Amino acid sequence: MSEKRKYMTVPRESATFDRSTMSEIRRAADTGIYDIRGAGAKRKLPHFDDLLFLGASVSRYPLEGYREKCNTSVTLGDRFAKKPIELDIPITIAGMSFGALSAYAKEALGRGASAVGTSTTTGDGGMTEEERGQSTKLVYQYLPSRYGMNPDDLRKADAIEVVLGQGAKPGGGGMLLGQKITDRVAKMRTLPKGVDQRSACRHPDWTGPDDLEVKLRELREITDWQVPIYIKVGATRTYYDVKLAVKAGADVIVVDGMQGGTAATQDVFIEHVGIPTMAAIPQAVQALQEMGMHRKVQLIVSGGIRNGADVAKCMALGADAVAIGTAAMIALGDNDPKWEEEYQKLGSTAGSYDDWHEGRDPAGISTQDPELMKRFDPVEGGRRLANYLRVLTLEAQTLARACGKNDLRNLEPEDLVALTVESAAMARVPLAGTSWVPGQHNF
Amino acid sequence: MTTNNLAENTAVETVAGVGTVDLAKSSVRSLNQALHDQHDQMAITQWEVLNPKGQHNLAVGLDAKLKVDIRGHAGYYCAGMNKEAEVTVHGNTGQGVAENMMSGVVRIKGSASSAAGATAHGGLLVIEGDAGSRCGISMKGADIVVRGNVGHMSCFMAQAGTLVVCGDAGEALGDSLYEVHIYVKGSVKSLGADCIEKEMRPEHIEELTELFERAGMDDQDPRDFKRYGSARQLYNFKVDNAGAY
Repeated sequence: MSEKRKYMTVPRESATFDRSTMSEIRRAADTGIYDIRGAGAKRKLPHFDDLLFLGASVSRYPLEGYREKCNTSVTLGDRFAKKPIELDIPITIAGMSFGALSAYAKEALGRGASAVGTSTTTGDGGMTEEERGQSTKLVYQYLPSRYGMNPDDLRKADAIEVVLGQGAKPGGGGMLLGQKITDRVAKMRTLPKGVDQRSACRHPDWTGPDDLEVKLRELREITDWQVPIYIKVGATRTYYDVKLAVKAGADVIVVDGMQGGTAATQDVFIEHVGIPTMAAIPQAVQALQEMGMHRKVQLIVSGGIRNGADVAKCMALGADAVAIGTAAMIALGDNDPKWEEEYQKLGSTAGSYDDWHEGRDPAGISTQDPELMKRFDPVEGGRRLANYLRVLTLEAQTLARACGKNDLRNLEPEDLVALTVESAAMARVPLAGTSWVPGQHNF
Repeated sequence: MTTNNLAENTAVETVAGVGTVDLAKSSVRSLNQALHDQHDQMAITQWEVLNPKGQHNLAVGLDAKLKVDIRGHAGYYCAGMNKEAEVTVHGNTGQGVAENMMSGVVRIKGSASSAAGATAHGGLLVIEGDAGSRCGISMKGADIVVRGNVGHMSCFMAQAGTLVVCGDAGEALGDSLYEVHIYVKGSVKSLGADCIEKEMRPEHIEELTELFERAGMDDQDPRDFKRYGSARQLYNFKVDNAGAY
């Protein structure tokens, strides 16, 4: 070894200009187009892993894990609707469009959700027969694009979700690139085959919250006040948005944090707009409580929910139910290592694949390619999703019983502590081992 | 004259087979329920709505071959999501008249506010006065005929169907449109992104002739109109077009 080499330091990668960042700069320089991808925020964010439950001991009384009941059912939408939705478990399937997903994948979501007594949700592409047929409880999204929107499907729905935004791209519209606009997708959306579809970010026939109130009444009139109306917002100014949505007449509020996924949008949107799910829940709950509407207008939370602990933590912070999207896709088989060779061919790897907009999903889920779609069995997919939902429920029950709760909705912020100052401030629970809630109490 | 309570709190007076609902005495809810009930019953097919006084959501979600005359001004979303029914408003309407209409005919004797016929998939909307901004926004197959002028951003992101303007059109007509057909007799203040003037060929004269016949506007000459449509340059993203977005 030469004298010079002997004293060289190991090459150091820049934390600011890391490999991924530099590759994006090179990609942008090559193409002149921003990066479009699916999924939610990939950066590390304050999340539910930063919260812990305080199990019962002397000061609290736990419930027997296998003997004492812990209720998981929830009723959604009993503020105005004649037929509220009764769910057996408080974990619903978030809106994902036919178009973004194959018809088989949508069918599997319906099968899995129905098997465990919960609901699934349409998306920005209308209602398919496969999904309606397999979903005992189907929430029909009312989106700015109004693709495929019609009063017959509206009346077939068990609930209507008026979408004002989603966590992956609050303030942005949907995107479905030409390679996924097949004949069937084009027909359902009244678009020419193969166009890059960029759907509207705003509803076409109303602007402010006062208009929204009239719009909600129109939907109620059309459906004779039978079904609940949800309002879905991407988590940003959540406190104000929830107050306005309640005032507008929502039965249920859906708050989607920035970890929530999308089929496709700009990476810069996904990573830089919105707030983490954990930060949004206390804002929403505060708004509901101040209006005297907590538990009267139900709160569904989504964005990065992966396990029963996440479910239980959302509910402890005040949610009535949660919704999962990305996790449901993974349960169906998305990003499965068995397709690693093919992910490699696409320049990705199992676990990182997010080019769902390209329609070349090796797992056959986020595609309209007939050959790839054949790889996915909707019956098996539904079985896998049902299994996963059961595990989430059992895990959440386990934690609730440990906290002495005989109903998931009896979990409360008092059951939680935070591991970091940031998460304590966002979740509005004490830093572990202290009674300090940053922003609320002096240190 | 007979009085039937077809829906809760609805006093429907029936004279010579015409059902009359006076909104000074009945609620919008009961009016709509009575009209929806006709989907199965079809007991009364002609309706008069009195004293609308600008109330919102009148005659929304109809799904039967009814003839409904609204005697006065209507608020937002009048005849929204209409199917099959023929709704005439003898006055002006607020935002989103005939929004997401599927079929049937909606006729406005006066003027309509913004977003008339928004996202409408089918049917015919006739506005005998003017229409505000965003007329035919995001429409998906309906036909809209406006005797007067239309406001800015009309046919924004419109996908299919026809908009006919016998007067003038405001700024950014047809911005980011897809396959909708637009005909304007008067001036166009400006065209939106990807919207261009196109040649009027015999099939377009024929299309307009047929539309005017359906709209009951036989005083219009199709040869006086210019045609506008998509240049189809923005259908697929090209970085060279970035300035157009």
